[in-house]
Amino acid sequence: MSSDGLFLSNDILMSVEKPERYIGNEVNSCIKDPDSVRVRFIMCFPDVYEIGMSHLGIQILYDMFNSFDDVWCERVYSPWIDLDKIMREKHIPLFSLESQRPVKEADFLGITIQYEMCYTNILQILDLSGIPMESKDRTEEDPIVIGGGPCTYNPEPIADFFDIFYIGEGETRYRELLDLYEKMKDEGKTREEFLIEAGKINGLYVPRFYEPSYNDDGTLKDFRPVVDGLPLKVRKEVVKDLDDTYYPKKPVVPYIRCIQDRVVLEIMRGCIRGCRFCQAGELYRPVRERSVEKLLDTVYQMLDSTGYEEVSLSSLSSSDYTHLPELLDNLIVECEKRKVNITLPSLRIDAFSLDVMNKVEDIKKTSVTFAPEAGSQRLRNVINKGLTEEDILSGSAQAISGGWTKFKFYFMLGHPFENDDDILGIGDLANKVAAEFFEMVPRDKRVNGPISITVSTSFFVPKPFTAFQWAPQCTTDEFIRKAYVCRKGISEQLNQKRIHYNWHDADTSVIEALLARGDRKVAAVIKKVYEKGGIYDAWSDQYKHERWIEALDECGLGLDFYAFRERKDDELFPWDFIDIGVSKAFLLKEYKKAARGEITSNCRAGCSGCGAAAFGAGICPGAYKKT
Amino acid sequence: MKIRIRFTKHGAVRYIGHLDVMRYFQKCIRRAHVNVSYTGGYSPHQVMTFASPLGVGMESEGEYMDIGIDDEHPDTGAILNALNEASVPGIRIRSVKILPEDAGNAMASVYASEYEITFFEDKKADCPDKDKLSGLIDMMLSSEKCIYHKETKKTSRDIDLKEFIYDLRMEDTEEPVVRMTINSSSSDSIKPVFVMEYLMNLADIKLPDNALKIIRLDMFTQGENGELISLEDVGI
Ligand code: SF4
Repeated sequence: MSSDGLFLSNDILMSVEKPERYIGNEVNSCIKDPDSVRVRFIMCFPDVYEIGMSHLGIQILYDMFNSFDDVWCERVYSPWIDLDKIMREKHIPLFSLESQRPVKEADFLGITIQYEMCYTNILQILDLSGIPMESKDRTEEDPIVIGGGPCTYNPEPIADFFDIFYIGEGETRYRELLDLYEKMKDEGKTREEFLIEAGKINGLYVPRFYEPSYNDDGTLKDFRPVVDGLPLKVRKEVVKDLDDTYYPKKPVVPYIRCIQDRVVLEIMRGCIRGCRFCQAGELYRPVRERSVEKLLDTVYQMLDSTGYEEVSLSSLSSSDYTHLPELLDNLIVECEKRKVNITLPSLRIDAFSLDVMNKVEDIKKTSVTFAPEAGSQRLRNVINKGLTEEDILSGSAQAISGGWTKFKFYFMLGHPFENDDDILGIGDLANKVAAEFFEMVPRDKRVNGPISITVSTSFFVPKPFTAFQWAPQCTTDEFIRKAYVCRKGISEQLNQKRIHYNWHDADTSVIEALLARGDRKVAAVIKKVYEKGGIYDAWSDQYKHERWIEALDECGLGLDFYAFRERKDDELFPWDFIDIGVSKAFLLKEYKKAARGEITSNCRAGCSGCGAAAFGAGICPGAYKKT
Repeated sequence: MKIRIRFTKHGAVRYIGHLDVMRYFQKCIRRAHVNVSYTGGYSPHQVMTFASPLGVGMESEGEYMDIGIDDEHPDTGAILNALNEASVPGIRIRSVKILPEDAGNAMASVYASEYEITFFEDKKADCPDKDKLSGLIDMMLSSEKCIYHKETKKTSRDIDLKEFIYDLRMEDTEEPVVRMTINSSSSDSIKPVFVMEYLMNLADIKLPDNALKIIRLDMFTQGENGELISLEDVGI
């Protein structure tokens, strides 16, 4: 340890990029006396500091854990590749930011898993910490490794690496788990005995006590616990009342500029819409709102405690928040007084949102964003995206007359049941918006320059717990062909010069699909990729596709099975043992409706009986039931 | 109305770069509810100027920033307390003073900086001891010119260090402690490491990487008669 109380030496800190990533000591970070607590919990986001620090979930749990007198919660992020290399060469163990002590000394290491492409970074964290990568090899000396976050809704590809998965929202069960831990430690119980008892807590899944068996074709045959008393199904945890739970009033303020360099205010959880490709829309059902009163009280405390000059609202679909006008009215007035900027989440573009944007943003600098996700009305019905061409064109017309000239459009290529006409619809739609501009704004009135439209496409990745979980994914070649069709479609438009097109990389999309719908066999692939030097796979400049293809080969596994295959209606999925409320029968019905191009109403227009009403929370109890 | 704030930087926060220190203070000032002036427009900025940036890894007893205040009679004592309350332990406010109308801003008026330099414990073995270093300093002081090859990203040229050094001496301590006051104006300046490299070079010693523990003690502007005046003393 250096004289400044830092774990890394001055030589190392002076030789790495952005040493501020590793020094802790930020405003509002929590320091406790290790002798005064019973449990040391380290929260990890397995990506670089600037990404990890921007994540609201960790801030919420950090605040919750540290509000417990008997617990000290600290943070750790992935060391960037420069430090990673030094730590390996010099055998320096990974350390947490607050205590600047090795991670291995903690009781728990909690890893939030937000995207599949971070799986190799999970192994990096464990490896650098000196914790055996597989749960079965850990001893009483090692922390309990616990995973949470959206990827744990199919934990199977990374099941071997975790002792426990926490399925669902973190606010509800941790106290119970910690009490159990303290009690069993007092009683001198073993790690194994503790894990068995932990597996009996609702929402917690201890993978090593469950075993899969497979059919000859490689699909799952059966999946069940091998220890008495553990549940066959693990039900996700849900916070019933978002006004009566934890929210960080004093979030940690980083020194370096992070992705989220502002106060983030989560206004609601879940989404009323049921876009058939969207996993978050199903995982977080039912939709639950926070009250305006609570939100305003919270946001002003957060601004006071952090000094941030910006606040942003967060949710899956903020336009659906019922009290948005009331919330924004108050926020706009108060933030103007405080000289605080408001950044708006992607709102549905209409008269109301444009009016708000006009108040808080500089029209010349900001753009108007649409996410139709599909180019034709037919395909938008297939994916159940409740946004019509009329909505888009009337929104863009209002924006044009309001003075906006920059437009962004987001689409996905490769949706199930897509054909080339749907793709050509993308160029068509962009052209119509450009044409609107040239019709509406005479040449001498184009003070902000001509219109500029950016079209971005990503590739569809089928995810568990969506209507499309049965669907085949396109191959890389097919994806690239589709991107060319899209580009050609745009280039043949009259106003093509005003339309800029870019598309996302296809290689990572198929690997993401492998990891999203994989089973336990995939763990070996992840491990091999890591052993080949793969980390930071979510970073396009670090990602190497060959590593994954080689590793799949060496393990005798293939993308044909995991990504490109259509699943049978009655196939048992690796994630079926998790109960998110939304039933498999509902999702299958949605898949069939998608094939027919039929839409399903959103929760507010009418409940379609997805199954999430079982939680008795949010919108469900009062929702209008269709007969 | 402008005020000048003198602050210190010690410990872990010495790894925070200059731009991030500026961002840090923008937030610190808000947390402290200091009545700072803002520019207009869609994204208003605080009226704020920093004196010469401190290199990453260095500590300081004398950093300065000037900020605008929307108050004709600011309570400087209250501002000092509020800022300290809102600040991390490694960054402390030493003084808050009102700037006279005609004072130049902190950045433009910096002329020289004073430093205290020691060797880090783990590098001492490869560095000269006190007596040796004393001798080298004497040699340097007595020679007429001290030509040093200054290399920056863009240029490389020979300069005479003596033109930039106003004071150079050994402290009367057991361990070797060097004190120097050197030019750090924005137009033409040198870094303390140049002088240390030059000294070691005289004895054919290569200065090991990251061997110097450098503390900036204060920054100065030039008075009417060429005398050095601490930036702090410009304020009232
Ligand atoms: S049960 Fe009905 S209201 Fe509740 S989430 Fe499902 S569809 Fe929406």
